[in-house]
Amino acid sequence: MSALTYALTDSATMLRRNLRHALRYPSMTLAGVMTPVIILLLFVGVLGDTLGTGLGRMGGGATSYVDYVAPGIILMTVAGGCMATAVAVCVDMTGGIINRFRTMAISRASVLTGHVVGSLIQTLISTALVIGVAVLLGFRPTADPLEWLAVIGLLVLVAFALTWLAVLIGLISKSPESASNTPLLIQFLPFISSAFVPVDSMPAGVRWFAEHQPFTPIIETVRGLLLGTPVAGNAATAVAWCVGVGLLSYLGARAVFNRPRAS
Amino acid sequence: MNQHTTPPLAVSASGLRKSFGDKTVLDGIDLDVAEGTIFALLGPNGAGKTTTVQILSTLITADGGDVRVAGHDVAQDADAVRAAIGVTGQFSAVDELLTGEENLILIADLHHLGRSEGRRRAAELLGRFDLAEAATRTVATYSGGMRRRLDLAMTLVGRPRIIFLDEPTTGLDPRSRRTMWQIVRELVAEGATIFLTTQYLEEADQLADRIAVLDRGRLVAEGTADELKRLVPGGHIRLRFADAGGLAAAARSLAGSSRDDEALTLQLPSDGSVHAVRALLARLDAAAIGVEELSIHTPDLDDVFLALTGTPDENHQELIA
Repeated sequence: MSALTYALTDSATMLRRNLRHALRYPSMTLAGVMTPVIILLLFVGVLGDTLGTGLGRMGGGATSYVDYVAPGIILMTVAGGCMATAVAVCVDMTGGIINRFRTMAISRASVLTGHVVGSLIQTLISTALVIGVAVLLGFRPTADPLEWLAVIGLLVLVAFALTWLAVLIGLISKSPESASNTPLLIQFLPFISSAFVPVDSMPAGVRWFAEHQPFTPIIETVRGLLLGTPVAGNAATAVAWCVGVGLLSYLGARAVFNRPRAS
Repeated sequence: MNQHTTPPLAVSASGLRKSFGDKTVLDGIDLDVAEGTIFALLGPNGAGKTTTVQILSTLITADGGDVRVAGHDVAQDADAVRAAIGVTGQFSAVDELLTGEENLILIADLHHLGRSEGRRRAAELLGRFDLAEAATRTVATYSGGMRRRLDLAMTLVGRPRIIFLDEPTTGLDPRSRRTMWQIVRELVAEGATIFLTTQYLEEADQLADRIAVLDRGRLVAEGTADELKRLVPGGHIRLRFADAGGLAAAARSLAGSSRDDEALTLQLPSDGSVHAVRALLARLDAAAIGVEELSIHTPDLDDVFLALTGTPDENHQELIA
């Protein structure tokens, strides 16, 4: 077998290990589904009428609030799912088993590859479940198959970028506790974006932030693809953010993982 | 996998140096370990034992010195070294969330043993390490001894030629410790080379063919257990008497003895040989002195350790001051 085959085999082994963890202790995965579902229920069931009325007055284009809010909730699911990886990576790095892997003649990258691919699979399953719940609540996307494919492609790209960011956070965190705190910032970033209300309705300072943070163009692109609202330049901005964050996080994670350790 | 002709040395290091910041942990040490032997690196906490194992097992890099393990340079050809070694560190390197069996199969998969061979090897090791009943329980439910055995079993999955054990019995109860010793002896009988670190002199004495004493980053002695014991004089015979009269009479007739009036004992320098004991008893008989108890004290590794690392002297100084 070649070095590449070994790298693939070892990555598959590590992936099986991570999926086994997820199956045996599903609480982390469940939380990844439950949090966005609860927020969805809260915003649609409790605040939906008022927010929907306000939205109608602004002419946002959405027929009901669940249609408006669902893309943002989908992105929160993706972000939340990826960030769980930070804890898993940190647990591995601070435990003894990483030293066993490091003293074995295996593909070193497989440890991280296993986490990234495992996280992608879990995140996509969670996202599918949350979309299902949104549909039950009245979410009616108008996308054709090609647009759905574009949405899935973008979500995978977002998940990929955020997972590598989570891996980097997991690698540099001193303890699993701190590894679980840092990602909260990223998970709640969608609140200050166009996820729940259009940025036009926000006060000037907040609006500037909302317009320039990565979740807004990503959410606008997903919303446009699913519901036919204008996408404009958002798609390119969204992809640029993902590629940028993903690449920097990947390079950072690789450097931290391979650097000689103090002890 | 390894095309090298069998080298005479499993491990050889010369001038090994390592510092963390401005703290020198290893200050130029030389080690040679012959294949198929047990080598013990003995030293107190903080002597540099773990750092040595981490360098030899490619976990960290040395600041200086030549290190070859299984005939390969650890700095140049780390993967070739890794293919030949197995490491059980001080902190358990097992996956807490998996079962014992899953842990072993994970490692078998990483060795590319194949599905059926991996399962067979896992079952064999679970049986050998008395873990068959616990095979399907997650490691989180294991006791310390079970965890240590699983850890070692995982190290053995790939049949390593050289096995590093960093304080393999620290924290184990006496029975688990004896089990571990038995396993180590079996591994060597099967042809493996063992490099172990320990703080326990008894462990080094029981297991090792050669012992190196490490103290504050330097090797202060190296040799077989017997050679090290010879470095320290201090064998003596102790006599205890029924009363002060017997003690006084014996002290008068035996020159060079030191007496302890409190304990009613007399201590005589001696190599503890049958000849010396017989001669001593003959003199006591001739002087008609009755002895309550006789004990022979030969120097053990504790004496060697304390003499070489200087710890008791320091304590002694402190007591005087």
